[in-house]
Amino acid sequence: MNPRCFQIKSQDNVATLIDDAPAGPVEIIGAGRRQTAAGEPIARGHKMALADIAAGSAVIKFGARIGHATQAINSGAWVHLHNLASDLDERSATLDLRSGAPTDTASAYV
Amino acid sequence: MSDQTAHGSRRRPEAGSPGDGPLIPSAATETWSGFLRPDGRKGVRNLVLVIYTVECAQHVAHAIAASEEDVHVIGFPGCYDNAYAIRLMLALARHPNVGAVLSVGLGCEYTQPQKIAETVRASGRPADWFFIQQSGGTKSSVAKGKEIVAGLRSQIRRETPREPMTLADLVVGCECGGSDGTSGLAGNPTVGAFFDLLVNAGGRAVFEETVEMIGLREHMLARAASPVAARQLGDAYDKAARYCQSVRQYSVSPGNFAGGLTTIEEKSLGAFAKSGSRPIQGVIRVAEAPRGPGLWILDSVPDDHFMQFGFTNPNDTEGIMDLISAGAQIVLFVTGRGSVIGSPIAPLIKVTGNSATYRAMVEDMDFDAGRVLTGELTLAQAGRELADLILRVARGEPSKPEGLNHREYFITYKHQNAPGLEAGCRV
Repeated sequence: MNPRCFQIKSQDNVATLIDDAPAGPVEIIGAGRRQTAAGEPIARGHKMALADIAAGSAVIKFGARIGHATQAINSGAWVHLHNLASDLDERSATLDLRSGAPTDTASAYV
Repeated sequence: MSDQTAHGSRRRPEAGSPGDGPLIPSAATETWSGFLRPDGRKGVRNLVLVIYTVECAQHVAHAIAASEEDVHVIGFPGCYDNAYAIRLMLALARHPNVGAVLSVGLGCEYTQPQKIAETVRASGRPADWFFIQQSGGTKSSVAKGKEIVAGLRSQIRRETPREPMTLADLVVGCECGGSDGTSGLAGNPTVGAFFDLLVNAGGRAVFEETVEMIGLREHMLARAASPVAARQLGDAYDKAARYCQSVRQYSVSPGNFAGGLTTIEEKSLGAFAKSGSRPIQGVIRVAEAPRGPGLWILDSVPDDHFMQFGFTNPNDTEGIMDLISAGAQIVLFVTGRGSVIGSPIAPLIKVTGNSATYRAMVEDMDFDAGRVLTGELTLAQAGRELADLILRVARGEPSKPEGLNHREYFITYKHQNAPGLEAGCRV
């Protein structure tokens, strides 16, 4: 069985992986029902682009804006801290991409 | 999105919304026997509440309630009193599930057990109080307390009128904690589907955590049932945003990011999914009951105060106490990673959107909403199945935490403005 991702609203341009996905076919369930392809490995719980998203434009999940693309995102790409930023919380853009750990307070650990 | 033209009017849910389709007749019209309180509210339990007024009386209060049926405990640890904490305890003491109160003090603290008992008696409930220092120490105070609660319990069992209850008589609260990626996809939306059903049936739904609504100002205001509600929502949002800016921290953690969440807006939308799709009637504050039927937001963020003290929700249990203080007879707790807390006074029902967590912690978990993600259930079906479980608990079936005797409580110093309060944090 192909790995699955869950699309909440039909207008969403990202979906959440509910299985770990290697690059390759992914089944969309939820609001969308079709097959797409992951362009790179994406972990369970993380997001995949369902369409090409231009730099600076809105990333939509739950039918609402969750931030903006900081670079062009291709359909099938992993969407996370490296290419999506909050419109409000600047600190989150400085966090480690994989662990989420802060990098701006590293000098305090002495 | 505001589809309510006049306060209190209802119309059929829009097609495709989680509340779509007719209410299952059984849930909408089902009646069971509740406990009628003098203020007209109805309870699903008939409890004696023991309240201690300082940490020094905590051991005696718990010893009084130990192995007693239908006797729960709450209390406040501080020797110096706090108006917010007193209002919260009095709201819990006059909760629909509480029939009688025993207040126990040491004898030298600021918070007055006698005043608590008098205020509870004024609500039409039997109440008693004593100081440990005037009762001869631990053993004799425990014996005295046990004799008092036995008397109160038999009195309320004998005298409390029984009345039919329906969903329209229920206040149900919802809190989330130990969230994971499934909470926003399945756990919270399942509660949202139930909240739509409850509101359509004339009941009251309450959710909180305004600091987890950051980024959703326009989204929230679009749900306001009236211009007054929109103003209340805007004010509560702005206070929560100021709070996050002043502590330089948004309510999102490294574990959230590692789990796949990227922005506070995304986390907020997942938390907000528990609100369902009905209009929001307004904002209530801790110890305040909803002012009418429908969906309400509870604001538990501290107000500005010269002492700058208090945390929004220092832990999950504190948030659950806030929801119970609004009169919720039953509280839903959504957890993706799993949790083993319960609550006094109002049964806690644990919902998880993660089927693996459900299987691993089935002795603590009441409802597996993860079936929505596998396609086993639609959201609307999950909401109805949750409604059936809530009705069984309302009829007296213990929820999992209730059956395990989990009765965690947490009452702490905080400041929220209240009418007539001039003395800062003190009474």
